[in-house]
Amino acid sequence: MGYTLNFSAVWRSFDDLLFGLGLSLLLAVLSIGIGCLIGLVLAFGQTARQPLLRAPAGLYVTVFRNTPLLVLVLISFFTLPQLGLRLSKTNSFVLALSLYSGAYLAEVFRGGLLGVPKGLREAGLAIGLTEGQIRRRIILPIMLRAVLPALGSTFIGLFKDTSLAAAIAVPELTFEARKINVESFRVVETWLVASALYVGTCSILAALLRRVEARLSLAG
Amino acid sequence: MSAPLLEIRDLHKSFGSVEVLKGVDCTVQAGEVISIIGSSGSGKTTMLRCVNMLEDFEGGSIRIDGEEIGYLTDGGRRRRKPEREIARQRALTGMAFQQFNLFPHMTALENVMLGLTLVKKMPADAARATAEGWLDRVGLLNRKDHRPSKLSGGQLQRVAIARAIAMSPRLMLFDEVTSALDPELVAEVLQVITDLARDGMTMLIVTHEMRFAFDVSNRVIFMNQGRIGEEGDPKTMFANPSTERLAEFLKNSRFS
Amino acid sequence: MESPTILELIWSARWPILYGLGTTVLISALAIAGGTVIGVGLGLVLAYGNLAWRFAGRLYTDFVRGTPVFVLVLASYYILTTIGLDLSPFQAGVLALTVFCSSHVGEITRGALQTIPRGQTEAAKAIGLGFGQTFRYVLAPQALRLGLPAWINTAAEMVKASTLLSVIGVAELLLRTQEVISRAFHSLEFYLLAGALYFAINYAIERFGSYVERRVATD
Repeated sequence: MGYTLNFSAVWRSFDDLLFGLGLSLLLAVLSIGIGCLIGLVLAFGQTARQPLLRAPAGLYVTVFRNTPLLVLVLISFFTLPQLGLRLSKTNSFVLALSLYSGAYLAEVFRGGLLGVPKGLREAGLAIGLTEGQIRRRIILPIMLRAVLPALGSTFIGLFKDTSLAAAIAVPELTFEARKINVESFRVVETWLVASALYVGTCSILAALLRRVEARLSLAG
Repeated sequence: MSAPLLEIRDLHKSFGSVEVLKGVDCTVQAGEVISIIGSSGSGKTTMLRCVNMLEDFEGGSIRIDGEEIGYLTDGGRRRRKPEREIARQRALTGMAFQQFNLFPHMTALENVMLGLTLVKKMPADAARATAEGWLDRVGLLNRKDHRPSKLSGGQLQRVAIARAIAMSPRLMLFDEVTSALDPELVAEVLQVITDLARDGMTMLIVTHEMRFAFDVSNRVIFMNQGRIGEEGDPKTMFANPSTERLAEFLKNSRFS
Repeated sequence: MESPTILELIWSARWPILYGLGTTVLISALAIAGGTVIGVGLGLVLAYGNLAWRFAGRLYTDFVRGTPVFVLVLASYYILTTIGLDLSPFQAGVLALTVFCSSHVGEITRGALQTIPRGQTEAAKAIGLGFGQTFRYVLAPQALRLGLPAWINTAAEMVKASTLLSVIGVAELLLRTQEVISRAFHSLEFYLLAGALYFAINYAIERFGSYVERRVATD
């Protein structure tokens, strides 16, 4: 096929890729932050005793888990302005990814909540703690430790999902890679490097998470 | 006779359509040590949990030092007291559980301190000193900075007892505290309870350890099918059970 | 002239949307089928291969799983068309999704096989079964049961990932929807319609999954 590898065009624009990577990470951090808030509210809703709280929380999770992220991104970017909500490209993407991740995180937190032994709540009650104190001081910290691995893999998943921001021209890693590809025609090199950046970042994140987990583990 | 520390009147409790407590009456004076025995399903644990409002109950009343627990009646309507008030009343009694229920994300010391700082509003220094004092009493001061995952079952239960007793409850409730323990770890926990009894702590002890019940208590209550089947001092009761049921139960239990 | 109601607009756009829906189902089915066949092989390599094979399998799996599926789609499209393989966007896209799916199924298969307690293999050996028989009668049925929920999840992920092919010009449901919007406007309504259709497919997969799980669990 006569294709010889030549990375010089990619190296010339490597800074752009790195900035793109930084933006990708930022998008993921913002989205998981907001997504965690949404997910926590939903998880407490789903495990509430009142069916009036359970039903809407469950509906949210089912709908957002089963809708493609790209559809949410496009709605958020193209349609919300018509409804009077004008967001920048970046903000509209963060909104879409937050809403989407909220559904996944709700499942993560719900599992965590169900995993906290019932007896711990009773032990808290027995020494005179209120329900609110028990939730804050006992259930939440135990649950957060338990869900840390799942939270970590959700974050890595979100980091990869930020590539969809390229579809609305947010200049993150995939967008920058596509630009270099179109300008230089060094297709194989461009995508190899972009992919390596994603894979490398994912494995660094995974390694970091393992260390945090080890430190916070209840077995220690 | 002085006013009773605990007074249970006509206690009724159902789980769905199953009535597990069918009118229990019981009076406990300060300083009494009472063991509650009976086969599983007889309602002994449920009775204990009602005293601590871990279970709601539909009928009857429970008073501690004359104060009505859990419910108030106005205009003939019975209502559950507000959550804060119930939390305060729960702190009047201490409870130790079969499964220990230590908070796994806190050290032994932090487990004991939590109620002191949050409920008793003690300053951290005073709470620490009190907690260390009680850990010392149960022989675990040298384990104070260990997480529950690093403690044996017997040690876990001793920390749990320290956590409950540090709140200086009027009454201690023990719910089958040795049932989840390996046999060789039972003695250390029973020793702690025996020491507390000697100090004059008022206690209700649900237990399957007949020998222990015999040794430690002034009075034994035999629960049978949601009612008190028989009660009295352990020597008479164990030697001459006056009901067929108790005789049967004693024959099948490990008491020798 | 009276402007048409939204229902009339949807009705007039029914054919492009139905074609798009058909294409989406076709893309997903091909990717899931191909990805499952390759992925099961990959899982066997990861679980039972010799060191060299396992290393190669691990490299492939980790690289593909560490790369966003959107990057796989773009890379497949740009690279395969540039280096002279004459693939259509549809083919390049399905190839990318198949590769993506295979890495997930590979991990699921490996995980399921390695979750089965060692004692099962030992018990099979003890009654004189060879490796092939052990696999066929003891390991595979258990692995199938263990891996099924994750496989169903992956299938639903593939349907969602198929939307990415719209960016390289494959006329699946999302691209058809965008084309309709560019003519008829009412973007919110049509996007919601598309979202609802995707939801319907995935919800059906989810229900089917729990039905199969129950069937498999009770026998």
